[in-house]
Amino acid sequence: MADIAFLLLVFFLVTTEIDIDEGINVALPPWSDVPPPPVELNDKNTLTVLINSRNQLLVEEELDDVDNLRKRTIEFLSNNGQNPELSNSPQEAVVSFKGDVGTSYDTYIQVYNELRGAYNDLRNDLTRKKTNGRVARFSDLDRATRDSILIEEIKFALPIRLSEAEPTKLGK
Amino acid sequence: MLGHFKRKKKAMPAISTASLPDIVFILLFFFMVATRMRETEIKVKSNLPKATEMEKLEKKDLLSYIYIGAPADGYQKEFGSAPRLQLNDRLATPEDVIDFVATEKAKMRPELQNAIIIAIKCDKEADLGILSDVKIELRKANALKVTYITLKENKKNR
Repeated sequence: MADIAFLLLVFFLVTTEIDIDEGINVALPPWSDVPPPPVELNDKNTLTVLINSRNQLLVEEELDDVDNLRKRTIEFLSNNGQNPELSNSPQEAVVSFKGDVGTSYDTYIQVYNELRGAYNDLRNDLTRKKTNGRVARFSDLDRATRDSILIEEIKFALPIRLSEAEPTKLGK
Repeated sequence: MLGHFKRKKKAMPAISTASLPDIVFILLFFFMVATRMRETEIKVKSNLPKATEMEKLEKKDLLSYIYIGAPADGYQKEFGSAPRLQLNDRLATPEDVIDFVATEKAKMRPELQNAIIIAIKCDKEADLGILSDVKIELRKANALKVTYITLKENKKNR
């Protein structure tokens, strides 16, 4: 009996795979043949993040480390006009992000993860504040019930304005 | 005198194997439930990066997978070692993505076709060049929802 079961077990081990069902969602901009007009953005409302083909990170024209990126992005986004060199408000703030064709995917994901993480952290903070600690995470708000208005409110207060440019072609 | 207190060596009783089939069956059922059949053989390396900000993908029927990475060891002779992408079971070029999206959409119910999500499983070592080419083709194909499949990393203390 055990032999038969083992045989079946081995069969399943070999022919199946476990699904990884978690991912970082991104919405791509629609394609248009005309290049988009250069957006005039107030310089202090833009956080520029560049990665070169050697996986080095340049944040606002200074060399930086991935570990600092989340903190810096949060500072930049939640400034609300206090520091004259950072953004006026989260609605106006744009994080502009550009890699190089030679950048490794691992670095790219780490940087993207930190930038998204900054937005998520801020949204989570606001969620806790608005619900008086009832809900700890923005993603835990229930879309179907009374929270739906709150979700829209938070999305409006902290829109994710993460713009990604075509990578530069210096790496190859 | 001492000899009197020496115990006789007892043989260890054999472990009963009567419950072995039950245990193996439980394992079997676990694997039957938690896994799905391999539909395609993955011909490229797919060593996924780690991240923390993932969301759970609820609707499996909307997902179509694109694999990106250097060809696996057995295929390097044939295809070289530059990163390639794999659509279904063959290696392809970014130009094939438009056709791939069209066929994947055709497989879905009409009301769901515009909600298609492209799940990208990209190798850590792959470069941004090929990924960016794929993304341009996806935009041309009007498949704008993309998700990067990543493994979970334990949150660092910051």
